[in-house]
Amino acid sequence: MNALARRLRQGECEALDMALAGERITCDPAGVLYLPAEDCLVVSDLHLEKGAAFARRGMFLPPYDTAATLALLALALDRYTPARVVCLGDSFHDRKGAALMPASERGSLLALMRGRDWIWIAGNHDPEPPQGIGGETLGEVTVGALSFRHEPSPGARRGEVSGHLHPVARLAGRGSRRACFATDGSRMILPSFGVTTGGLNVLDRAFHGLFNIETALACMIGHSGIYPVRFGALVAG
Amino acid sequence: MAQAHLVPIFIRVTARPSPFAPDAAPIALPEPFLQWFAGHGWAPRPHQLDLLAKAEAGASVLLIAPTGAGKTLAGFLPALVDLSRRRRRKPGERPRGVHTLYISPLKALATDIARNLERPVAEIGLSVTMETRTGDTSQVRRQRQKLKPPDILLTTPEQLALLIAAKDAADFFSDLRYVVFDELHSLVTSKRGHLLALGLARLRKLRPELQTIGLSATVSDPAELCRWLVSQNRGGGPGRATDFGDAADLKAEAALITVEGGAKPDIAILESQERVPWQGHTARYALPEIYAAIKAHRTTLLFVNTRSQAELLFQELWRINEDTLPIALHHGSLDVGQRRKVEAAMTRNELRAVVATSTLDLGIDWGDVDLVVHVGAPKGASRLAQRIGRANHRMDEPSKAILVPANRFEVMECRAALDANYLGAQDTPPLRDGALDVLAQHVLGMAVAAPFRADDLYAEITSAAPYADLPRETFDRIVEFVATGGYALKVYERYAKIKLTEDGTWRLTHPRFAQAYRMNAGTIVEAAMLEIRMIRRRTASAIARGGRALGKIEEAFLETLSPGDTFLFAGEVLRFEGIHETSCLVTRATSDEPKVPYYGGSKFPLTTYLAKEVRAMLADPARWSALPSQVRDWLSIQKLKSIIPGPNDLLVETFPNGKLFHMVLYPFEGRLAHQTLGMLLTRRLERARAMPLGFVATDYAISIWGRKDMGEMIADGALSLDALFDEDMLGDDLESWMADSWLLKRTFRQCAVISGLIEKRHPGQEKTGRQVTVSTDLVYDVLRAHEPDHILMQATWADAATGLLDVSRVSDLLARIKHHIVHQDLEQISPLAVPVMLEIGRESVVGEARDADLREAAKEAMIAMAMADGPGA
Repeated sequence: MNALARRLRQGECEALDMALAGERITCDPAGVLYLPAEDCLVVSDLHLEKGAAFARRGMFLPPYDTAATLALLALALDRYTPARVVCLGDSFHDRKGAALMPASERGSLLALMRGRDWIWIAGNHDPEPPQGIGGETLGEVTVGALSFRHEPSPGARRGEVSGHLHPVARLAGRGSRRACFATDGSRMILPSFGVTTGGLNVLDRAFHGLFNIETALACMIGHSGIYPVRFGALVAG
Repeated sequence: MAQAHLVPIFIRVTARPSPFAPDAAPIALPEPFLQWFAGHGWAPRPHQLDLLAKAEAGASVLLIAPTGAGKTLAGFLPALVDLSRRRRRKPGERPRGVHTLYISPLKALATDIARNLERPVAEIGLSVTMETRTGDTSQVRRQRQKLKPPDILLTTPEQLALLIAAKDAADFFSDLRYVVFDELHSLVTSKRGHLLALGLARLRKLRPELQTIGLSATVSDPAELCRWLVSQNRGGGPGRATDFGDAADLKAEAALITVEGGAKPDIAILESQERVPWQGHTARYALPEIYAAIKAHRTTLLFVNTRSQAELLFQELWRINEDTLPIALHHGSLDVGQRRKVEAAMTRNELRAVVATSTLDLGIDWGDVDLVVHVGAPKGASRLAQRIGRANHRMDEPSKAILVPANRFEVMECRAALDANYLGAQDTPPLRDGALDVLAQHVLGMAVAAPFRADDLYAEITSAAPYADLPRETFDRIVEFVATGGYALKVYERYAKIKLTEDGTWRLTHPRFAQAYRMNAGTIVEAAMLEIRMIRRRTASAIARGGRALGKIEEAFLETLSPGDTFLFAGEVLRFEGIHETSCLVTRATSDEPKVPYYGGSKFPLTTYLAKEVRAMLADPARWSALPSQVRDWLSIQKLKSIIPGPNDLLVETFPNGKLFHMVLYPFEGRLAHQTLGMLLTRRLERARAMPLGFVATDYAISIWGRKDMGEMIADGALSLDALFDEDMLGDDLESWMADSWLLKRTFRQCAVISGLIEKRHPGQEKTGRQVTVSTDLVYDVLRAHEPDHILMQATWADAATGLLDVSRVSDLLARIKHHIVHQDLEQISPLAVPVMLEIGRESVVGEARDADLREAAKEAMIAMAMADGPGA
């Protein structure tokens, strides 16, 4: 099935409620995190204007990724109507992305931001505030019992929510790769949201030492819902 | 050396002498050449002289001759004769450009030919320089070749693309007189051939008086190759052929010389004492007999159709190799060093047998092979003829071959192929229209060489046979694609790679695009491959060090493995330990029974011709006497219990099996077409409420199963076979299924890379296939959702229709069987259905991924979560 159609359908599936470092959270199969107590929605690695970033280097990827990503984000915002939104970094694929964004896409983004507290966490792709977009740009922010940053800090960090690694997981046997929320109940790494972003298997070396393997779960986004699976039941690749 | 049967039997000259060539007088070889032939006790062969005469008269020539006919020397003779007459260069004169370009499909072949030519050139006393230029040639040597070009340059299609995209191309080729294409039949069938045809068009533009010489094995339509060799331009302009005469609808063709094959090959089908299996592809039953044949001959080449068959046969042979005969393995995924070792040992006649795939199909001269064994059916008559030609390079002695059918249908197929070989039938595939992704790559290359005018480049490109019918509108869209991606939404103008300037030429906007072009030129897009490394045991230090490289393996295959699984590679049973960066780590397994049999099915679909022959044989009980008794009995029981379909009929059988109901059909159109057809029929049956659950396809038959009795549905009119097989299934059904199929995504990836949408390598960051910068599947989904008519989507559809999906064959089939569908409802499975029924369960049925597995795996954590207040709270 077309990945975009699948993403649309997933956005209508039931979310998974759980606790993270004592805070109640909702992992939504659209690929966003919601904190009911704070009325705050968190989304990571939008990679807006990725097509244009490649075009700047001579690879003309379709210029439709930003519109598609924003359309999916709009649906998630409609579902939760949050007062506050945190974008966990790599919101734009490169430093020029925000400034050179075509007017129509800029308009859609501003419409989503209107009436909300909007926080841009700086990422490695977009370390500076997005030019001419508004919102507040921070390196890290604390909301309730949780702290939000782009790159996961090394070692165990209770209450930290990050992105950057684009976690995906694969079931042993014949399963395909699924985007997932990776967590051990103490910290969490969010899936990447942008429509042309790839993924890194949670068993990859980059994830080593971040989770307590005993309790680590990949909350995998399937076709019809979101499924927490122990790391032990996963395979690499 | 016997010459009696070397008379050219079919000569047609359509080219008139061109104005710059001498009059076509009877050609006498220059004295030194005659002496050289005489000195060896030889005489020039008639086709060698014939080719020389035609070339001297200004014609381009196609030489079709079997192996061992002195084809290579014939191809080079015009060049060597011309070079022998050349006056010495005076001191101070500019260095001469390349005189003759030789293009071969394989690096190894170019090197081999260079070596073989050195001797005659030296012995004749010619002062001719020869050099190879391949991917392995050092940078220093390439530079030197540019400054001081050799007279004869032996190279590959990829290198030609780079040479013509260089700024100095006009100088480098300013003296070019001949281009020799070796193994042309194998070059022209792929995208590589399309790129090569475009390269040739550019060479003709640089040197309009250029002549081409094509060397080829026998093909079904030589006229196609004859057109390929010359300009197809009618409208004048550069490279226009002078030989259209008054017949405006005649296409320009090179002259054709055909040399009949030598002695008839001596081919036998193995008549095993053992039971021929119903299905499978391993021919394990015949191993003792194959081993006995190896023992009875000097050197045996064993051909199989896939890499995994090669692995299996090799392992099984060693299992029974009591005399420890030197038996080796050769296939494309093995480490290059290992392959070279096998090749060298082969040339030195140190091996008694080599198990090989198509990597040994082409040209390179092997030692004294006196037997070819084909394990599994050859799938095509021409392929069989070429493979048998690998035995015995002296064309006047018969080649000896044994066919070993792996199952009962293959017995019939082998019989049909054998008859075809005796009849000299050819079933090489027809040439396809030039691919658009290749065209995009070439357009950028031409901008890298120099600014171009669209009108001129269009005229040049349509002079190449594969692009002769390219509409101007499509060409313009490709230029737009190269410039800015060619999207309806115009937002990339400021990043354009090439720009239309005020003087009317398209120019490159930045030199870095030239560098990127050079790094990505070529049409060979490999599946993502990982290197297999052997480690002692699974420790952190061993993993970090890596181990001995055994070769490469498809990432897709590894995805089906879990650590601890064992599989066969390079003749060893390996235990999969895991993936580390771009390596697949393995240890030696303790068991010698691999757990995961890797079989991708037959690589080549059964050719249309052979399929027709098999149907004809099945339909005619009189011909069954040529088949072994086991197979004869099988067919006789089928006749008794069900129906033997006529040569143009499609037999459809329905019967219950356990709790399910089956529908089995026998189109004999090859696996690819059957998979497409199976997918489409399943969709239609679903709509007809027959509740189909899955299907399986072989080269010969398709079996579909479901919950409803399809036989009964047909009987009471709820299901109409005519409607089910109506040709309109190739419309919407095909489109909606194809669009989301992984086959199309795989095709898209190839088109995206070849067309330059995505770079394999980016300057400064060498990427392996695994680490591509962006997921083409995701790009495909976005493009399909937003601009389904984009030129690259069109290119992808065109590719998939002729390639992985074989839609044209499905379409021919549906036309053929209209009003010829024969239905037989049965109480139980028929004899003919047994082979395909046995495949069920061995093959995965392609279908929508379900969440069942995920749900199952999540149970434990869900329960834990429900019982506690969350995993870590």
